[in-house]
Amino acid sequence: MSKMGDIFVIVEHRKGEIRSITFEMLYKAGEICKALNHKLTAVLLAGKGQPFASDISKWADTVLVFEDDRFMDFDSDTYKEVINRLILQQSPFITLIGHTSWGMDLAPALSVRAGYPVATDCVDIIVEGGRPKAIRQTYGGKAFSRVSFRESPGYLITVRPGAFIPPDGAADRQANVVMMDIPSDLGPAKRDFVEFVDTAAGEVDISQAEFLVSIGRGVGEKENIDAIKDLADKMGGTLSCSRPIVDMNWLPKYHQVGTSGKSVRPKIYLALGISGAFQHVAGISGAQTVIAVNKDKKAPIFRVADYGVVDDLFSIADALKEKIKG
Amino acid sequence: MNIVVCIKRVPMTQEVDLEIDADGRGVNREPLAYVINDWDNYAVEEAVLLKEELGGDVTAITIGGEEDEEILRRAMAMGADRSIRIDPGDRVMDSYVVSRVLAEVIKGIEYDLVLTGVQADDDNCGLVGIMLAEHLGLAHAAVVTGFTADGNQATIKIELEGGINEVSKIRLPSLLSIQTGINEPRYVSVIGIKKAKKKDLEVIELGDLPLSDEDLSPRTIIEEVYLPPETEGAQIIEGDPSKVADEIIRILTEKGVNV
Ligand SMILES: Cc1cc2nc3c(=O)[nH]c(=O)nc-3n(C[C@H](O)[C@H](O)[C@H](O)COP(=O)(O)OP(=O)(O)OC[C@H]3O[C@@H](n4cnc5c(N)ncnc54)[C@H](O)[C@@H]3O)c2cc1C
Ligand SMILES: Nc1ncnc2c1ncn2[C@@H]1O[C@H](COP(=O)(O)O)[C@@H](O)[C@H]1O
Repeated sequence: MSKMGDIFVIVEHRKGEIRSITFEMLYKAGEICKALNHKLTAVLLAGKGQPFASDISKWADTVLVFEDDRFMDFDSDTYKEVINRLILQQSPFITLIGHTSWGMDLAPALSVRAGYPVATDCVDIIVEGGRPKAIRQTYGGKAFSRVSFRESPGYLITVRPGAFIPPDGAADRQANVVMMDIPSDLGPAKRDFVEFVDTAAGEVDISQAEFLVSIGRGVGEKENIDAIKDLADKMGGTLSCSRPIVDMNWLPKYHQVGTSGKSVRPKIYLALGISGAFQHVAGISGAQTVIAVNKDKKAPIFRVADYGVVDDLFSIADALKEKIKG
Repeated sequence: MNIVVCIKRVPMTQEVDLEIDADGRGVNREPLAYVINDWDNYAVEEAVLLKEELGGDVTAITIGGEEDEEILRRAMAMGADRSIRIDPGDRVMDSYVVSRVLAEVIKGIEYDLVLTGVQADDDNCGLVGIMLAEHLGLAHAAVVTGFTADGNQATIKIELEGGINEVSKIRLPSLLSIQTGINEPRYVSVIGIKKAKKKDLEVIELGDLPLSDEDLSPRTIIEEVYLPPETEGAQIIEGDPSKVADEIIRILTEKGVNV
């Protein structure tokens, strides 16, 4: 049953919920399918009784369901084994996987196992002459590259979260839900899930703040943080930061904004010395107004900010303090 | 615990204007300063910490030119026992080929654990580590922020989105891609690096490895590298800091933030 021409989307879920990257991929895949007259198949591995298939049935033409309690939580080994067999059997033209922690563990191994080339963290996908091309960013977003693939029966692409936000009404398909047989010879898992732990909770909840003063690696030294904390206090703002500040133990984790920290939605996000890597800016998409201060006029943060200041962050911080005082 | 750690030397691109090179498929790397990839620095530290705790040895490996030996010596100054540089000659490699070549060399080493960074700061691919795991047939986990050995397995922390970590048990030998923040990389002095020169640094020529043309042929091709258009994005506030501060306060007030 060759499905040459199909686009597959691997469904990602966690703690009993489908993650939004899944709908973003289904939306993008749907657009490609419309343009090229392909069929869209969602591939779901889930535990018994997890009612995900109905959540996505309006988004795909087919939902292939592998239901077994071993698939309740993601495990790259078993997922890889099941998806690899499916891909080799059905040769989907393109398979989309989220560029998430989960996808970063699955896609590279699957690519080697299946012999299908892969491009990661793609922000756009073009199909030309029967082959996909991927647009991705390099150097933390300072440059873009267009990547093509060696000829193959199919191609893997991991998709950047937030790159394809579905508009209302995007779910306009009606899927055929197909229960799949579970391979009987799956090897024992090499990894056993133990538990989830929350590392981002703490004294301050930056996700509720109306005005965030946020620092990045541009702050330079741990000692310099006090000056910015002082500025935030004087202005009635809350201090937040990018990941390296937490990695270096300069501030506790609950201050961190971004994919592996918190998503925030302040009226104003004042970013000081933050370059604007996607993992950071993904956390500020809910901000009403972003003002960025950075010495580097080419810093990617200026592409997402509403207002930009190309200057030393300390000069601006000092000037702000002067004004508030006076 | 014997550990192999894969490291890469990458250019620093903050605060520099990147230029596209003549063939339009890369950036001009000549004017750039280089460092060890940030993620790999954490991976080296983790390897050395585990060796200090559990015994065994640490081998650092890079595929790169002579100038890249600087990061191998740095890794040895941090505590790696030996290092290997694989010289790619003028081969163009993608992540697949890099992982295939690394696998060929690592196969011949006795190890319990292979560590890489989550991603390289230049290509931002996040591929080589987990591809390497598959070539070597190892259990693997990506974006790892914690490791405790426990006999022939280990308890690891895997970083997920939104501040959530997954705790899992994984069989050894395994491959883990290491996330920043897992430890505090030690300071490396110039004297330390000089001393490390005496340690063992082996160079392997690509041609000496039993790899076929198929093994060495890239699966992906970079067709074009380009800079983002300058027109889009923020409205730039011009002027001296005092004027800028006035304007920021005006915007805050306008948006309903009282200062
Ligand atoms: C799986 C994964 C998850 C991640 N999760 C997150 C996350 O949740 N949050 C997050 O932030 N990152 C996250 N990252 C890391 C992310 O990729 C970037 O490495 C990080 O955001 C960079 O932080 P930064 O902008 O502070 O530092 P840099 O990228 O080093 O940028 C520093 C900036 O400061 C500027 N600067 C320097 N000095 C000054 C000065 N005196 N005045 C003004 N400007 C100055 C520089 O021009 C530069 O643009 C994650 C990465 C991975 C792989
Ligand atoms: N040339 C190389 N030599 C050794 N290790 C590498 C090389 N390129 C990538 N790696 C390793 O693979 C990780 C991920 O790189 P990448 O897939 O390029 O994002 C890096 O953090 C390194 O640990």
